Amino acid sequence: MTIAATEVVALTNEPDIVAVRRRVREVAQKLGFSLVDQTKLVTAASELARNNIIYGGGGALQIEELNGARTGIRLKFEDKGPGIPDIDLAMRDGFTTGSGLGLGLGGAKRLVHEFDIVSKSGEGTKVTITRWK
Amino acid sequence: MEKIPILRMGDYLLVTIQVDMHDRLALTLQDDLTRAINETSAKGVLIDISSLEMVDSFIGRMLANIAAMSRVLDARTVVVGMQPAVAITLVELGLPLPGIRTALNVDAGMELLRNGKSNFKFGRPSR
Amino acid sequence: MATVPGKQIAGNLREIIADNQQNLCNDWIREMSESVRRGDLMKESELRAQCVQFLTAFSEALGSAGANTKSDAWEPVRDFLGQISTSRAKQGFSPSETASFIFSLKRPLFEAIQREYAADPQAMSRELWIATVLLDSLGLHTIEAYQRTREAVIARQQEEMLELSTPVVKLWDRILALPLIGTLDSARTQIVMENLLQSIVQTNSRIAIIDITGVPTVDTVVAQHLLKTVTAARLMGAECIISGVRPQIAQTIVHLGINLLDITTKAKLSDAFGVALEMIGATISYNSPAGAHGA
Repeated sequence: MTIAATEVVALTNEPDIVAVRRRVREVAQKLGFSLVDQTKLVTAASELARNNIIYGGGGALQIEELNGARTGIRLKFEDKGPGIPDIDLAMRDGFTTGSGLGLGLGGAKRLVHEFDIVSKSGEGTKVTITRWK
Repeated sequence: MEKIPILRMGDYLLVTIQVDMHDRLALTLQDDLTRAINETSAKGVLIDISSLEMVDSFIGRMLANIAAMSRVLDARTVVVGMQPAVAITLVELGLPLPGIRTALNVDAGMELLRNGKSNFKFGRPSR
Repeated sequence: MATVPGKQIAGNLREIIADNQQNLCNDWIREMSESVRRGDLMKESELRAQCVQFLTAFSEALGSAGANTKSDAWEPVRDFLGQISTSRAKQGFSPSETASFIFSLKRPLFEAIQREYAADPQAMSRELWIATVLLDSLGLHTIEAYQRTREAVIARQQEEMLELSTPVVKLWDRILALPLIGTLDSARTQIVMENLLQSIVQTNSRIAIIDITGVPTVDTVVAQHLLKTVTAARLMGAECIISGVRPQIAQTIVHLGINLLDITTKAKLSDAFGVALEMIGATISYNSPAGAHGA
């Protein structure tokens, strides 16, 4: 499997969330993802971009177009923020209780095929998600 | 600063949300709507999301907040025009959108607002 | 030597091809046995044109980038092979017949190399090795391109079959029916449900009746998909009724502890239709008393 293309989107402030949605949608459309699959990926990206900017102090998103036996998109969100001390707790849905504290991680995970998160207190957070066509 | 226009149709307020609503715009809409319901003593709010290609947890919470706040102000809220891809994604995401009633389009939505309950004879429990 | 050996040798290969192009083509075509050539699918003149085009592109790439088939300079060759693989896949050539386009070039090319380097065995084996690596790599590329095309064809056929087997029917103004037939696997159910939701929007239907009479078994996976569809439909402002629930299925549902929320379920599609009419506030009236009693 090869990475056919990569691009980096800077995540600095809140309007960048919209830019992420737009760019991910464009790439997914270009690769021929179905409308539902596009929407799932864009929604997951929106959640993670927000986390990165609001809770992580900003960072960057790397968009990779995957080629080979399968076509896919891999998104890598990275920030150098405070990190998540208890990942298991964070993965549990917060927003279903309406508390507004949910990081949307559990939800984002349900929308993609592969989900990986690396985060330690004081060392930032890196979330990688992949969706195959 | 851009704002989402709130239209008045008699006792009801109508809001059409366009694509790519960023967070601050959503919060502004929440405030503006609450104020408008208060000032006009509106009986209901119709939110048209047929142009929204994506609803994430933030926008979902905004819609739930609007519904909650308007209920406090004794008005009903109906959300119309949700796209299938968005509906499927929300279900997958696990976002139940509590307290929000929905309808297929503006006509159906207005009927719902006016009649107070859906024209379903078998009342559906509020979700 | 000042030049990179690979490029130097490739340059020699290029000369060999240039000097022998006509004969190479003839031998190559002859090498492709009758069965591989598929005279029934492709005329010889067309095949010859492809051979010439390939050798030209091949030489040029050799000239600019040596033997690295992955480099940009080789893109015209890769594209050309991609094109002929795709068209052969669509025409009905088998994978071997398609790959043989490249592999049949080996013997003629090797013979040309042997003649050229008859006096220098070491150089000959170097040339032969480079040539074989080159052609193998291009041959594999050809097969991969063929595979992708076949897969795309199959995917499209599957989609068409799916669409045929799960039509959404408009029963009445604002009432749709989706008769499901056959075993439901996860992928199929998802597509079917997406179609249903799309139809709800397009036809402005408030009610969708999902009939599972033709579904032999309902397991938790299928039940989950049904539940998700109903939830999605409700989010959009429509309601679903599930009909065709046979006693065994009802038992399975209870047994598996599946919570049907508050979805209305009916054994017969006709009953479900009756409920749907009530839901939209419609009644059926007969023109004469006799009609009401099923005359």
